[in-house]
Amino acid sequence: MKTFPIGGVHPSDEKRWSRESAIEVMPLPAMVSIPLGQHIGAPATAVVAKGDRVLTGQLIAEASGFMSANIHSPVSGTVKAVEALPNAQGLRQPMIVIERDGDEWAEGIDLSPELKKECTLTSAEIIEKIKAAGIVGMGGATFPTHVKLSVPPGKKAEFLIINGVECEPYLTSDYRTMMEHGDRLMAGVKILMQALQVDKALIGVENNKPDAIAHLRGIAAEYEGIKVVPLKTRYPQGGEKQLIAALTGRQVPPPPALPIDVGAVVCNASTTVAVYEAVQKNKPLIERVVTVTGKNIASPKNLLTRMGTPVSSLIEAAGGLPEGDVKVLNGGPMMGRAMVNLDSPVTKGCSGITVISGAEAQRVCENECIKCAKCVSVCPMGLEPYLLSKLSKRKAWDLAESGHITDCIECGSCQYTCPAGLPLLDYVRLGKQTVMGIIRARAAAKK
Amino acid sequence: MNSTLLFTVLTLVVVGVVAAILLWFVARMFKVEEDPRIDVVEKMLPGANCGGCGYAGCRAMAEALVLHDDISDLYCPVGGGDTMKSVADYLGKAAPEKEPCTATVRCGGICAKRAHTNNYDGAASCAVASSLYVGETGCAFGCLGYGDCVTACAFDAIKVNPETGLAEVDAEKCTACGACVKACPKGLIELRKKWPKGRAVYVSCRSKDKGAVVMKACKAGCIGCGKCVKACAFEAITLENNLAYIDSTKCRLCRKCVNECPTGAITLKGMEPLPKEPKEPKAAAQTNAQ
Repeated sequence: MKTFPIGGVHPSDEKRWSRESAIEVMPLPAMVSIPLGQHIGAPATAVVAKGDRVLTGQLIAEASGFMSANIHSPVSGTVKAVEALPNAQGLRQPMIVIERDGDEWAEGIDLSPELKKECTLTSAEIIEKIKAAGIVGMGGATFPTHVKLSVPPGKKAEFLIINGVECEPYLTSDYRTMMEHGDRLMAGVKILMQALQVDKALIGVENNKPDAIAHLRGIAAEYEGIKVVPLKTRYPQGGEKQLIAALTGRQVPPPPALPIDVGAVVCNASTTVAVYEAVQKNKPLIERVVTVTGKNIASPKNLLTRMGTPVSSLIEAAGGLPEGDVKVLNGGPMMGRAMVNLDSPVTKGCSGITVISGAEAQRVCENECIKCAKCVSVCPMGLEPYLLSKLSKRKAWDLAESGHITDCIECGSCQYTCPAGLPLLDYVRLGKQTVMGIIRARAAAKK
Repeated sequence: MNSTLLFTVLTLVVVGVVAAILLWFVARMFKVEEDPRIDVVEKMLPGANCGGCGYAGCRAMAEALVLHDDISDLYCPVGGGDTMKSVADYLGKAAPEKEPCTATVRCGGICAKRAHTNNYDGAASCAVASSLYVGETGCAFGCLGYGDCVTACAFDAIKVNPETGLAEVDAEKCTACGACVKACPKGLIELRKKWPKGRAVYVSCRSKDKGAVVMKACKAGCIGCGKCVKACAFEAITLENNLAYIDSTKCRLCRKCVNECPTGAITLKGMEPLPKEPKEPKAAAQTNAQ
């Protein structure tokens, strides 16, 4: 069975808590706050002001550059404020606050449940629709999908790869989407193939989800050129570069190279369903499936949630926080970021809320590095995390750069495996951010 | 036996003499002309090699001092004015002048005034923590207390006080080299005019948030009310982005602003506060925020 060539770890997948919970619709909140920056790139520009009445699905913030995305209202109501509010990390970020008065949809959005397979649009028209709907990568990276699909001149896409790996422990939102909306997913794959003008699509699913593999294979049989490929369970297989390597054997060169340089375009499974909704039903990206899970959560759930819903209400819906010290993660335990503000909203990149409690919430005691090089052997990018973290600690940015610190995908395998409990990723991430800043400054100075 | 010994000694002597002559010629041929004044100037410098001047160490600084005709932009913060004057006199150049300074940590959010909202157990580094999130309290501007400034200080002049959770400067030891200023990711540390006799008045808050937000996160924060601006007779206080700032070059340490501040965000060091006016009993409690 296929998998990526180097590194990787095997954390317990912990999907059992929420994998059997069918997607439930989360009740609409009374108040939503929509961050203007829900994607990689420049934050969107608000096109509504305080006092405006907006409808569900209406454009409320416009993409402010090439690498940016539109944002739509998830409810109908009145704009209460456009101001800086604390995000999940407690840092202030511009948001649009809307008080809901109902759920009146904007015109032109098709809410009928019928599956609409046929698509007669051209590639440019599809990409334009995806751009208008504000679709970004819903696996967590929030890379604007229309940018991914706009193949630069001189390059050619050969494959479409659908990421159904969901290698992050605990999370099941993609899994439930694949199980319950497999037909829409497949229609979405066809649309993406049409947009990219490719005739081959590979759907990668890890073998810890055998029912999803069988289910998707059944639907894929109706379509031409779509192949479901089971992959050996291993973290971080869902990383774009790891998935391409696992499925095609091709290595994406170091940044600034992109998957398109090896002829691949990767799209997450939930994103693909959102693409179907946008192209066939004119429905912008205003809701997503969010897994709320954890060992001590009373009823872990997969909730179809409107963007802007406070995370605290999702946790309430799943039975509330357990007693004692807890760590609430926006995402899964490997790559998720700890939250300090539970009233912060669900955003486009939020695939799950994981609650870790008790002793597991504490990090292990930090010791000295014993030079075992476990971090080196598990790094899926072939880096030397122990060295990079030290260089970053000592602010040796030039050496960190020549050690390819910017290649780091922040998967956390090094920190997970470190027997000394060193905060390797903390320092590597800091170094990566700093070095990227230095590289950007150098590029700006050259211009 | 004797002849063996003699032969060995003679051989070594001959080798030694030949090598010495060779080395002498090589040394003459490849001699690097170096200004002898560099050595002298290096000895005059404090030898802390802290990098506070912007050069890699005292030797590099000495070279720069000797080579540059105009040394007005070179300054050794550790040696201060006296060292620079003696160096300039020796080199026959105009001495650069700079006000002697003391590093000042502008945060007064002690544990009692700034409640912890969460526990951080990531890497014990302010740079890492501030790249991740707001911090253990609700204030996005305050001292994190993991001691990046302490690590950066070569003079043991800054410490994180475990009781207050804040970095504190020992004005006696501080040489104003500026290493801590660069190390603080929150930009809390400022080189202010050297505290005369350890006395200082400054706004110990950097929060640009609106008053209501500040109050929620920290009871010792500047809420931007502007009372201190009105109280100051020397136009030393300015208010920008909801934050007051006292210009240390204009401040005459009259302490009027201290009693005006409703939250106690103005810190007074080395002095007793002015006698309280009976009208405002609240203003006094905070003043000794050491």
